[in-house]
Amino acid sequence: MKRTVNESRRAFLKATAAAGGGLLIAFRIPGALRFAEAATASSAQVNAFVKIGTDNIVTVVIGQSEMGQGVWTSIPMMLAEELEADWSKIRVEQGGVDPAFANPRYVGFRAQGGFQGTGGSSSVRNVGVNVRKAGAAARQMLITAAAQGWGVNEEECYAEKNMVIHRPSGKKLSYGSLAEKAAKVPLPKYVPLKNPQDFKIIGKSLPLLDTPSKVSGKTVYGIDVKVPGMLVATVAQCPVFGGKAASFNADKAKAIKGVRHVVQISSGIAVVADDFWSAKKGRDALEITWDEGPLAKVSQADLFKSFAELSQKPGAVRRNDGDVEKALKEAAKKIEAVYEVPFVAHVCMEPMNATAQWRGDSVEIWAPTQAQSWTQAAVAKHTGLPPEKIKINTTFLGGGFGRRLYWDFAIDAVETSKAVGAPVKVIWTREDDIQHDFYRPASYNVLAAGLDEKGMPVAWKHRIVGTSILQYFPPFSHLLRKDGMDPTSVGGAGDIFPYNVPNVYVDYTLHNPGVPSGFWRSVGNSQNAFIMESFMDELAAAARKDAFEYRLQLLKNPRDKGVLELAAHKAKWGSPLPAGVYRGIAEHFSYNSYCAQVAEVSVGRDGKAKVHRIVAAADPGWVVHPERFKAQIESGILYGLSGALFGEITIKNGRVEQSNFDNYPVPRMSDMPKIEVYILQGEGEQGGAGEPGVPSASPAVANAIFAATGKRIRKLPVRAEDLRTA
Amino acid sequence: MIAFTVNGNKVRVDVAPDTPLLWVLRDTVGLTGTKYGCGIAQCGACTVHLDGEPIRSCTTPVSQAAGRQVLTIEGLSRNNSHPVQKAWIAEDVPQCGYCQSGQIMTTVALLAKIKNPSDAEIDEALAGNICRCGTYNGVRRAVHRAAKLMGA
Repeated sequence: MKRTVNESRRAFLKATAAAGGGLLIAFRIPGALRFAEAATASSAQVNAFVKIGTDNIVTVVIGQSEMGQGVWTSIPMMLAEELEADWSKIRVEQGGVDPAFANPRYVGFRAQGGFQGTGGSSSVRNVGVNVRKAGAAARQMLITAAAQGWGVNEEECYAEKNMVIHRPSGKKLSYGSLAEKAAKVPLPKYVPLKNPQDFKIIGKSLPLLDTPSKVSGKTVYGIDVKVPGMLVATVAQCPVFGGKAASFNADKAKAIKGVRHVVQISSGIAVVADDFWSAKKGRDALEITWDEGPLAKVSQADLFKSFAELSQKPGAVRRNDGDVEKALKEAAKKIEAVYEVPFVAHVCMEPMNATAQWRGDSVEIWAPTQAQSWTQAAVAKHTGLPPEKIKINTTFLGGGFGRRLYWDFAIDAVETSKAVGAPVKVIWTREDDIQHDFYRPASYNVLAAGLDEKGMPVAWKHRIVGTSILQYFPPFSHLLRKDGMDPTSVGGAGDIFPYNVPNVYVDYTLHNPGVPSGFWRSVGNSQNAFIMESFMDELAAAARKDAFEYRLQLLKNPRDKGVLELAAHKAKWGSPLPAGVYRGIAEHFSYNSYCAQVAEVSVGRDGKAKVHRIVAAADPGWVVHPERFKAQIESGILYGLSGALFGEITIKNGRVEQSNFDNYPVPRMSDMPKIEVYILQGEGEQGGAGEPGVPSASPAVANAIFAATGKRIRKLPVRAEDLRTA
Repeated sequence: MIAFTVNGNKVRVDVAPDTPLLWVLRDTVGLTGTKYGCGIAQCGACTVHLDGEPIRSCTTPVSQAAGRQVLTIEGLSRNNSHPVQKAWIAEDVPQCGYCQSGQIMTTVALLAKIKNPSDAEIDEALAGNICRCGTYNGVRRAVHRAAKLMGA
């Protein structure tokens, strides 16, 4: 747990005097390439981790994106903890793009100065340690400054609530009064971080700092950005993926009052107006002839037919323990099944949008983005501007879920602003959002398992044929193996195999005619946990064993077992339930957190499944903000249910058939089960919060539906017509 | 020119009468607390009150507001002192927060009609307000808390 400030050879902290007086601590990565050169002295002043003002106010500057997961509070808590700050003196500021905020999770990019982005449930567990180091260094410098001023030994001084105190004399000085002097103190070489037992702030569920502005309507999301002279645009995109406008007639659009420009950009035809509604009316009036391209012939049924054909042949191998074919042949019993998962959309409540102001030799962007660095790099590539000329202001995000790791909406704004010579806010309609997403991959899965005489599995074979996430994410293209293996699409299916099965084989065949696939909260884990944990339930049923006991016997890692036992215990697994209500259980490890769930479900005679309650147990190591951690697990559960019980994107003639909430339903309040979340604090590295709640939700529910109806859900989403009995 | 009252202030707007009230509030009046989520009255993010009744401003032409009183999230209080806002803060309901203006405005209207709603009544009243972060249980708790604060 003990980490030092400057232990890493690659990274170091930098302390300077703040522009307006006071101490400023930034994180620097020497040897970083072009990307880092943007970090001049002036940007360092903006992008410090912490600024301590002469007014005794501690400003925490965060590089992470706030999308509901709570970084606006948890990151300051981690800093305040090490700084010994007075929580009431903490203020929060959103930082720009800077190597200071590089996310250590994206280790592959350290050589380029690191990448700043919010994904992979990484803010607290990966970025947090840098923040803590900055806080610890600042505290030590303030203590040094005080000790020097008093002419006493540093060891006689300690810090508490924005004060340095000289223990023997009781003399005190506030951080504000010490800040300027502290800025001249050399950065300490070694400052140990606190041990968890000494935490005063971390571990408390403090009121969230961003709540008040969210209940007053004052929070500025991307869609709320206002820039002087700004116009508003909306873009007509070809309904078929990969299609382009062959020609268009803008006469009728330009006749709409308020419409100023109609311009062609990479993604389609942008109608630029004084306000959104005029732009939308203009867009509706456009006459466009689309060149739909080769995808216009692609439909859902053909896609799954191709998947099924490809599943006859071996794919790229993800895991190969023992000899699965031999074990299957010799097994006492063989179980086989096919599972299918559809494309699903993210559907953030705030539709995609961005604002840009093109200034000829530079551009400024305001965006609800999870991917500051990747957006900056993409805009640089697109415009030829050097990265340091691309300023990105991160707004609050009305949901992210992986959709805002992409930058398509930012490119729209940059291109449109450049074309019309004015600042432009581009707003996607909900229809655009649903029809031009990067969908959770669709896949076709062939499973086979062999059981021994006692019913225990001796062989597990999982063949996945599906679309690829990495194919649509250039920054990670190097991770897409030459043989077509996409470790993200296969995520959770074989990278870690939690059960004690001697012969395990997992392979993958990439197939996609061109439907954009992407990171959907918990990525591969969401669909693959559904498949694995449902099939594991099939094995338990075939062995005539209790689904909980069977898993408990087979799980290898005591932390997997720990959450499974806790969830079962809290849900009173095995005890009687009201008539018609049945339980299902599932467990999955992702983002370094373990999460088990027990679902209580009834199925009506009309076939409708009702989830009454979910009891979850999660082990993320240790947590910073317990209530927000629980809220994130609860949030993940509902997101998982939205994919299992509601969501399905289907493709017809190369276009998405769904368009809005009327035909792409999502859970509403009456669909929300009671949810209980229990935290287990295991040993080891910290785990994530935003995603680990997702994966085990859908299999727990599907397994409960099996318990209720005897029907196994092998195709998502769950359909009432398949379960109807009357 | 269409004239109406927003949060007690008189406004006159020069827009096409079929323009949805939502976009007049956001782009013309400049109040962005009311959100666009779907444009077809399916998600509730755009909920405001028209003469005290909760409406979907994304499908309400501004002409329907002429001469009437519109209340938006910004008009509930100056300092989050409305009991529903207080309850929301006490329960720390929001996650991303984008749908919350609509959830709050629907709740204010609900509590004006039913002083102490049951879970079923809450579910029914808020059925039209979608949250993708899954704050529904928090919303329910906050509605009950607000009812208590308002003396139910």
